[in-house]
Parts: sequence; structure tokens; C-alpha cells
Amino acid sequence: MEQQALTWPKEGNARVPYRVFVDPDLYQTELDRIFLGANWQYLALANELPEPGDYKTSFLGETPIIVTRGDDGEIHAMVNRCAHRGNLVCLKARGHTTDGLTCVYHSWRYDLSGNLQSVAFRRGVGGKGGMPDSFRPEAHGLQRVRTDQFAGLVFGTLSPEAPPFSDYIGNLIGSHIGRVMRGKPKILGTTSQILHNNWKLYFENVKDTYHASLLHSFFTTFRVSRLTNKGGVGIADNGAHHFSYTYGGQGADQATSDAAYANIQSLHADYRLEDPRFLDSVDEIGDGITIQILSVFPNFVLQQIHNSIVLRLVLPKGPDKTELQWTYIGFEDDDAAMTERRLQQANLVGPAGYVSMEDGAVGGFIQRAIKGGEAECSVLEMGGFDHASQDTRTTEASVRGFWQAYRQTMGL
Amino acid sequence: MNLPEIARQLELENLYSDYAACLDSDAIEHWPDFFVEDCLYRITSAENYEADLPLGLIYATSRAMLKDRVSALRRANIYEPQRYRHLIANIRIQRDDVDALEVAANFLVVRTMQDGDMTLFAAGRYLDSVVRGVAGWHFAKKTVILDSRQIDTLLALPL
Repeated sequence: MEQQALTWPKEGNARVPYRVFVDPDLYQTELDRIFLGANWQYLALANELPEPGDYKTSFLGETPIIVTRGDDGEIHAMVNRCAHRGNLVCLKARGHTTDGLTCVYHSWRYDLSGNLQSVAFRRGVGGKGGMPDSFRPEAHGLQRVRTDQFAGLVFGTLSPEAPPFSDYIGNLIGSHIGRVMRGKPKILGTTSQILHNNWKLYFENVKDTYHASLLHSFFTTFRVSRLTNKGGVGIADNGAHHFSYTYGGQGADQATSDAAYANIQSLHADYRLEDPRFLDSVDEIGDGITIQILSVFPNFVLQQIHNSIVLRLVLPKGPDKTELQWTYIGFEDDDAAMTERRLQQANLVGPAGYVSMEDGAVGGFIQRAIKGGEAECSVLEMGGFDHASQDTRTTEASVRGFWQAYRQTMGL
Repeated sequence: MNLPEIARQLELENLYSDYAACLDSDAIEHWPDFFVEDCLYRITSAENYEADLPLGLIYATSRAMLKDRVSALRRANIYEPQRYRHLIANIRIQRDDVDALEVAANFLVVRTMQDGDMTLFAAGRYLDSVVRGVAGWHFAKKTVILDSRQIDTLLALPL
């Protein structure tokens, strides 16, 4: 059945048609315009590839990418697809090579920036076969990916039109990335989660400051975060990127705060931890902000929850499947106590996280619930209708900002 | 194997069978009882373990933290009703110290959701330090090493 083109509701970013989470044609357009378009996507930490010859693989949307440290000492990125017959060139998730990148299928060999170095049996055997004289190796390199770096993070895009990364995110977002990425990062571990929902449902969740203390009862109960704490959202002018911030302490006094939550299921006033050492945190940045969740359109998240600092990458795997990759970091100058603190607080996040396990499931619940309701819309009116920065988290402004950027990119 | 060694092997088999039964029969309140008070419990992936990265998806440095995990699962966290079926096998003593045994064991965990959806949720191995007290064998350390880096949806109940 031929579907009608999607017309966005007249309420604008305060309504989202559920169809955008299920439509396979829209999904293909997203891969093309968003993930292969003029948007920077996280690829690596610059110092996880310290030596020339180090490489790792990642994705721009569903398109496989190789990231290398070249012989010139620079980071390079290429599409992981042999220029000959389209085979994967790098099969391992990460590694080190001393003789460039060789495709296993027919032994075409590339250097670390993707230039074709040699073609097996290019001259044939005994004067027979081989490539025609007209074959030009320089025209058959791996497809280049532009890279840019910011605060030790490497981003990539296939588009020549994307502005430099610092212009792409702007000063407001940039300063809040720099706030967290102050030192030389050190990876503490990685994990990944398979979510049975459209990638945008997870990204909405990241930008949704309204849900945190409601869905995640752990936050509320232990007063890790409540909407009554002082905080807000900062949003890029075009809506694309955001950060939310929460100050520690009580914000409102405890009784007022408890009263505000009195009828909400997530508060269990009598619930106490037997060993709360894992919540011991220090104000390592020194500005009193205990939680900052930051996103860069379309699929990167930088999280600071107390001393737990994690990079999240949201990878689309089909209209109703998403891989969420987590990279937990510390810094080179962390002492043993700080590393232990970060490991303890890692209990808060990830697939088994006290305050994040629900996020792994809630997108799947929506994906199931909207079946048959594709013509209906979600309602995003908390905090008004626009996507300007606000000094409250009781708002959906940054979610509306996402849809502003999405519609702009998709022409919807 | 001499008779005391056979007896000890059977005791370990019982320990792991009881551990599986506890987790699979919705009796997680008793899960912390399998550990000593200053235990170390950590779930990680083979990828992290082999790269010597210290992250734990669940990381607890006391039995009290395991109790907190249970009360959070019972009272704070939200997840769909589900059950595990642990199959634990290949229980092997890797090192026999005076005060502790280092034991390795393989596990497979099938997860069944309330709608009947059934998946092979986890495969991997335990690397444990097991000590004998007055009340039998307990885990002083348990490292759960998942073969896969991927977790389907979420990891709520312990492994």
C-alpha cells in the first residue's frame, strides 16, 4: 500500500506523529539525510588510538567506519568498505596494524588514510590477466570521512558541508562539553545495550528532563535528583543540541520537596541504603552541578552523574532496533580513590543502572504501544511550545528542540 | 581424585546448584547470603576483562551492597516480569590455596518474559573465590564474565 507523505501537525514541535518511529521509508531517509548528511557523529576518543597503526571501527548510522592513527600521527576515518567489491576491510573491532589495511577478499591493500597501495596480481601472471593499463589506484581509495576533534573527542561526517565541529555545536554547548572533558580521558570499560525501539525514542528520553525523577524512583528516593533541585536546560538556538544541569543539595527544603512528591509513585520515604558508600561523590569540577546530561545531534550523549562520566552513542539498527554503546571514562590524573568512586557510581548507569535500566525498556514499551496508532501524536507541551533554554527541568523544551532540528534536516 | 576431593567437588556442585535455584526461583532476598560480608561482586564482559578494564555493570564491594541491589529491584526499579533459568556447568577448581579456592564455572542463562518470549540472555563464565566457613561454602569474590558485550534491553536480576 502506498503511504501518503507525512504532513507535520499544525501544532509544530509540540506534537510528534508516532509514524516517525515506525515508517521504514522515513528510516531510510534518516540514514541518508541525518547520518550520512551534514551532522557530526562521535567516532572515538583521540587517545584511545595513541600509536600510528592503531585502529577501531564504528558507524555513521548503519554505515561501517574505520578510524585510524596514521603514520603522520593524525586521526583518519574512512568507510569500512573495500573500493574493489565492497567487502569489509577491518573485521576486528579494534587492533593495531604494521602494514596498513588489507582486504581479506582479494588482498587489496590501503594505507592508514585509505589510499590504495597495492592490488594483488595487478600485472596478471605470465603476461596474462591483471588490471588494464587504464586502472588508476589513486582513484580507488577508501571513501574518506571528515574528522574533527573537540576536547579529546573525535567526530566524523561524510558531508563536505558540515561546518567545523565547534561552529556546529556553538559556544554554549562547547563550554559544557569542556566543563566535563577537562583532562586526558582514560577508558574504564565499555558495554552496549540492544533496545527494541526506534533510535529517536531513546534520544527523546535523553533530552527529557521531565521524566528523570518520575520514572527513575532511585533518584527520587535518595534525593540524588528531583525536579525541586535547582537546575535547568541549555539548548542550542537551532534546537539540535542540549544540556540539562542539576545542582546538588536540597534546592527546596526537604519537607517542601517531599510534599511535592507525596503522591508520586517513585517516592519511598522509608527506603534506606544499607551501604550507601557507592553514592559518595566529590565536586570534582567545583561548580556545584552534580548532574549534567548533554547531547549533540543526532546521536551523541555526554553524561556526568556525580563522578560517573560516560559517553553514549546511539546507533540505529532498523526502524525498531537501536544499539546504545556506553564508554565509561575517567582521567589520566585520577588517583585510586577517584577511580574507585567512578566504578562505584557506574552502578547508577548502564544496562543494570539503578537510574538508567528503565530507559532501556521504556522506548520498547512505546514502540509496542503505538502499533495501530501511527496516525496519532505524542504531546510535548511541558514548559510551553518553544525550544529556548529554561531555568527549570520541568519542561520538554529540549525534546521540542530535537524535533525542530529533525524536521529541518528531514524537510518535514 | 581421592575421597576428600570428590566430597569437596560435590559440595561445590551443590553450592552452584543452590545459587542457580535461588536466582531462578524468585528468591533473590537470599542471594546475598551466598557471599561473605566483605565480598566483591562484579559483572563484566570478556572484552573488558581481557583488556584489563575495571568496569562492572554491577559492582559491589560488600554484602550490604548486594542487599541494596535486591531492595532496589524489589521496590525502586521498574522492569517487566521475567524469569531466568541458569545452567551452570564445568565447575573446575583452578587453584587450591589454604584459605580459598579459585573456581571457574560456565553458565548459560535463558530469560523468559511474561509474554513467553524466551531468549538466550547470557553466556559466560564465573571466576570465583570460594571460602569455607562454619556455615559451608561462600563466595568471597565473584566475577561474572559475559561472552557478549551486548545486553538485551536491560540487566535487572543478578547473574
